[in-house]
Order: sequence, then structure tokens, then C-alpha cells
Amino acid sequence: MSGEQSGAEVLLQALKEQGVEVIFGYPGGAVLPIYDGLFRQNAIRHVLVRHEQGAVHAAEGYARSTGKVGVVLVTSGPGATNAVTGLVDALMDSIPVVCLTGQVPTHLIGNDAFQEADTTGITRPATKHNYLVKRPQDLARAVHEAFIVARSGRPGPVVIDLPKDIMIGSAPYSDPPEDGHPSYRPRTEPDPAAVRRAAALLKGAKRPIIYTGGGVINSGEEAAALLGTFVRLTGYPCTSTLMGLGAVPASDPRFLGMLGMHGTYEANLAMHGADVMLAIGARFDDRVTGRLDAFSPGSRKIHADIDPSSVNKNVPVEVPIIGDAGRVLAGLIEAWEADPKAHDRAALAEWWRTIDEWRAKECLAFTQDAAKGAVIKPQHAIRRLYEMTVALGREVFVTTEVGQHQMWAAQHFRFEQPRHWMTSGGLGTMGYGLPAAVGVQVAHPEGLVIDIAGEASILMNIQEMSTIAQYRLPVKVFILNNQYMGMVRQWQELLHGGRYAESYMAALPDFVKLAESFHATGLRAESVDQLDEVIRVMLETEGPVIADIAVDPKENCFPMIPSGAAHNDMILSAATEGRAAGITDPGLVLV
Amino acid sequence: MGRDASLRSATISVLVENEPGILARVVGLFSGRGYNIDSLTVAAVDEAGRQSRINIVTSGTEMVIEQIKAQLGRLVPVYRVADLGREGPHIAREMALIKVAGTGEKRAEALRLAEAFRARVIDATTESFIFELTGGTEKLDAFLALVRPLGLAEVSRTGIAAIARGTRTI
Repeated sequence: MSGEQSGAEVLLQALKEQGVEVIFGYPGGAVLPIYDGLFRQNAIRHVLVRHEQGAVHAAEGYARSTGKVGVVLVTSGPGATNAVTGLVDALMDSIPVVCLTGQVPTHLIGNDAFQEADTTGITRPATKHNYLVKRPQDLARAVHEAFIVARSGRPGPVVIDLPKDIMIGSAPYSDPPEDGHPSYRPRTEPDPAAVRRAAALLKGAKRPIIYTGGGVINSGEEAAALLGTFVRLTGYPCTSTLMGLGAVPASDPRFLGMLGMHGTYEANLAMHGADVMLAIGARFDDRVTGRLDAFSPGSRKIHADIDPSSVNKNVPVEVPIIGDAGRVLAGLIEAWEADPKAHDRAALAEWWRTIDEWRAKECLAFTQDAAKGAVIKPQHAIRRLYEMTVALGREVFVTTEVGQHQMWAAQHFRFEQPRHWMTSGGLGTMGYGLPAAVGVQVAHPEGLVIDIAGEASILMNIQEMSTIAQYRLPVKVFILNNQYMGMVRQWQELLHGGRYAESYMAALPDFVKLAESFHATGLRAESVDQLDEVIRVMLETEGPVIADIAVDPKENCFPMIPSGAAHNDMILSAATEGRAAGITDPGLVLV
Repeated sequence: MGRDASLRSATISVLVENEPGILARVVGLFSGRGYNIDSLTVAAVDEAGRQSRINIVTSGTEMVIEQIKAQLGRLVPVYRVADLGREGPHIAREMALIKVAGTGEKRAEALRLAEAFRARVIDATTESFIFELTGGTEKLDAFLALVRPLGLAEVSRTGIAAIARGTRTI
């Protein structure tokens, strides 16, 4: 193309070349030339959010549910600073996002100009990488590089800061660089010797455990399929982090459910008692390990991850493997099958007998009073939502906010395939679920998209109901309303003597009226006899719905590994007192 | 597997793409993750000025040093990270400009010590000297300790530049 194009046109051309179909954004002074360019083309769709944080979460929802890079466009100054929470969220959960931020013209940078912020400075620790384009000739390359960096290796968010004069002035277009990035070379192909060592170690295991995470999902559908193959091939028990749910079908009998702080009894005890552990695409997060010096003390550990800095960070491992989860799994399957030695079937059968005893505890069990007028247990609400949703046979995507409802959703909603579960794991961002649902629904117009929310979290980005209305997105918001910041309340009960400082949600809105004011349908269930009917109507309604489900305000999320405790110190039910059950003074300082 | 809790000092050289903000990226990584920086130097090292070399002296447990190297290697503009002490013998040097103010016997003693340490006098007044001293960190520390009671007024140190011995390159 000729050099007569404006910077904004070059930007849009590069985005098209990168396969961008939709941008989540919010206009402002510094990005007006880009919006003018968007106005004059039809290839890229723009979805107007109501807050820049929502734009990034929407892009994350889009990215997680499709495997493509999510794209954000925000203005300078407050537009960029509002996006920071979303960027850190994407960084922590390894979600590929390219965020275009407007900037004041180059001659004003550093002058404290109107709506100026040091965006590259602010977002440096909030992104995988960032760019400030100060010369027109750097523009196209920066955009192409940003997409390479965002989606390859361990994915993450990339910011491109775009001064207004660069967007208005002419700029040359260039195709994506054939050599990629000059210095950035993520390693995807694992060392075959390390893979063979891992396979041999796994074959000799008597009490194996496979522990998988979001890396398997990020690697792609093939990696999840290979994981399923490996689990079936070995017959070994498998558990997953919050981020990895759906990689192995929840219905697979070898799947033990989620592990960690609110994971299942069987998953955590299997981790604790294992003699060989294969961790793949997971990062030994503190929510997973509990007390580090008591974490899986007897196991020889294999850790496969695409990010070398994730290996040996928290937990020293015997066999580190750097590479893409899919490539590692393909290598493990090959090495397993090539090794003529059989694994110890008798020991494995004995291990499964032990695990089945742990399973028999039914750690996720709860009691729902079925009498008319009885208060709804939040677990029951999720179970019914799951059962009634599955019965529809539709493709279902679930997003969540952060807190008790998120953990109950992870425990009681069962995911059979990857990319259908979108939740804020690493950063734990309240307000994630509603905008994420916007992104998922935009990517999957025919899908059933449900935001399982709490009444506190949903208020953090409630303005996105307006986006939902504008684009007629049939998102269903399922609020477990316990009138508390439930997880805060739970910790206050267990660790702070029941002093519920500021966790009661006084002056809540009428969610039915709130839904109606945003042109959506509002529903409310106040007792167990009303629950199924509300879910039925919600699922049958074509447009967006907020279903406000009044649940037991005192219900706590169990099982729970108290902070600072070991996996085998789990609290199984409310019958156990928190402080007596292994919460130590060092544990108190942990979050 | 046990963890080695003992601290070690590491001299790490990082070859980076010379782009705006790269130093802030490296320094921010150290402050953000709570690692120590005992010394840091940076300058362009290729003809075109496209690549810079950052030399960092840091300390931590073996696990922390390995983590520092992995975190540095993960930065997009980083070409290579070398742990000079671990990858073979290396040489590390720094330079200091040292101002000693005083008169009489102390002034004469400062000059004698400078000769012993092969420090060069690069500025002199009747009441002061500025010495230029190059060498390993320990040599510089030793000289500074000796001239401190003789009227050490000010010191400016470069931090270390380091390189592997022999034909090995970063």
C-alpha cells in the first residue's frame, strides 16, 4: 500500500491482517482519529462498553472462549488507567489481549497535558510487553509484533500506546515481519530426553497424580484432547486448577475435581499422598499448594510449563520440562507407548481404592430443605442451574465474578470441554464476569452465556448491562444473593471472631427493577420452591435476564484448606471450627 | 528435595534490544519481585547501538537467583541472560572517582596509598585530589576504607562491567 495512508488507517490495516474481527472499546479525545477510521470501514466491528475495565474483561472473555487475541481500544489518561485492572487480570491468567491506548501528541508527552498519563510506565508491570509508537515508521511493525507477543509462548496482554499525531499523520504500512520479533523466542518444543525421563518416572509410579492448569487450555483444543488421551491411556487420577477446568471432561471417572483451597477432598488428599506428580500448564499457585513445606511431601515431581520462570518458583521439581503443553503431552504419550515396561497395575488399583474411600466422603454434599418456603442453599441453586442447563443440550458458557459463588460454580457446575469456563483466577477480580460474558456472547451469538455472580461483585461492573442492552446480547446473570460479600464474611467468621466489618451489603438495589431499567428481564426466587421456575423462565427468555436468587446468607464454602495449612488439614464442613482446624498465626497473614 | 537457604552473590549479564524503557523494565522487575540490586551498569555494546548489555550484581538463595534469571529471560526485549559466575571464570571491573580533601601528612599519605593501589590522580588542588581507580569491587572497597580517615570527601562508582574469560561470549 502507499505511504499516503494515515496512521489510523495503517493501524486498522494491520489489525485486519492479524485477523481482528471485533474491538471492545470506548472513545475519547486521543483516539478520535482511530474511531474515525473505524467509522469508515466495515471489516472490524466495534463493541462500545461502558467502562474501560469492562472492555478488557470483554476482550478476555472473547479470547478465552475462542483462543483468538482479544482487542481493546481506549483513550489516553483515564481510559488507559481504567484498563489497568483488566490488563493485570489478563497477565495473571495468561490471556492474549492487545490493548490500544490513545496518547497525547508526541510533542506534548511529558508536559502534563490534558488526559495525559505515562501509560507505558504504568502498564509495564501490568503487561507482558508494551510499546509507545513515537515514529510513523514503527507503527505497523509494533502492531504485528504485539499480536505475536500476545498469543505466543505464555500468552498475555500487550499495550500499544498511540500518540494522536502518529494516528493523524501519514505512515507507511508493512506486512508482518517474517522473522517475528528480534529477541523474543519462546520455547515450545520440549527436550525429548526430559519427556522420556518424565514418562519413565510416571510409569514407575504407585500413587500417581496428574495436576493440570490453564496452560493446557491456552495451548488449544488439541492439548486438551491429548490430555484426555493420556489420562485414559495411563488410568491415572487427574485433578485441575480453577483455570484448567474443562480440559479433562468432568464426567471422566479419572477426574477428581478441582484441587486447592476449595478443591475436593479426594483431589487434595491424592496430591498429598502421591508418589509421582505430573504438573502440566499449572504454576503451583498458593491457592493450590497451601502450606508449601507440607505440599505433596512424598512425591517426585515433574513440571511441564511453557514459562521457564514458573518452574522451580514455588516448589522445587525433579524433572522440569519447558515447552507447550500440547507438545509435551504428545511427547509423553509417545514415550509412554514406546516404553515396553508395564506400569504397576496392582499398585494403581490399590491407589484408586484409597481415592474412592476419600470420594465416598462426598465432600461437596450439602443439605437442602425441600419444604415450601425453605431458604435456598447456594450450592443447590448452582446444581439446579447446571442440571436444567445441561438438559437443554445447548452450548453453554459460564463466566463468574469472584468469591463464594465462584467457588461453588467451580465445584458444582461440571465442564466437559475447554474454553467454556471463564473466571478470574490469579488476580481474583470482582466485576470480571459480566463484561467477560459480553465478550463471550459477542464471540458466540448462538451460545447460552451465563454469568454466575454474587450480589456484591455484580455491582462492580453493573454498567455493562447497558452494553448488553445496546447489542441485544442474551446474557443471563444468575446472582447468588446472600446480602454479604460472602467470602469476606466467611473469613471474618472463621478467622476474625465473627466481626463482620463492612461485609454486609446494605442498601442493595432491587435487581428486578434494575434489570428492567436496562431493558432486560428481571426475576427473583426467594425460596426453594420458586427456584426451578425462575431458572426455567431465565433459560426460556430470549433476551438478557438478571435472576436474583436469594440464598442462605450464612452458608460457607467448604471444603476449605485454611490459609497456611496443609492439604490434609482440610475443613470439610461447618461442623469444624476454623481456628481449631489448623489456621495458624502465620496463616493469618496470608490472603 | 531440600532447599538451599544460603545466599550467594551472582553477576548476571543481560543482552537486550536497546529500546526505550528496557532499563525501567529490568529495574522494575527487580523492585516488583523484591530482588536485590547491589550494582547495575548499562551501555550500548554493538556498532549500530541496537543492543545494550546490562550487568547486574545481585544476591539471593540459589532458587531466587534461578528465578531472577528466568524472569529476565522472559522479558520480550531480552536476547540472552548469562550467570557469569556459574558459566565459567569471568572478570569483573569497576571504576571509581574518589575525592580526598585535606592537607599536610594526611594528604601525602593519601597520595602514597594511591600509588600503592595504582590509582591515577586526575585532578588536584592544594587541598584535594581526585583519584581514578579501576579494579574489582573488593579492591575499590579496600582503597576507600584506607582513605576514609584521610579525608574522603566524595566517591562516584560506575558499578561493575563483567565478561567471561577466554573465547566464550554471551
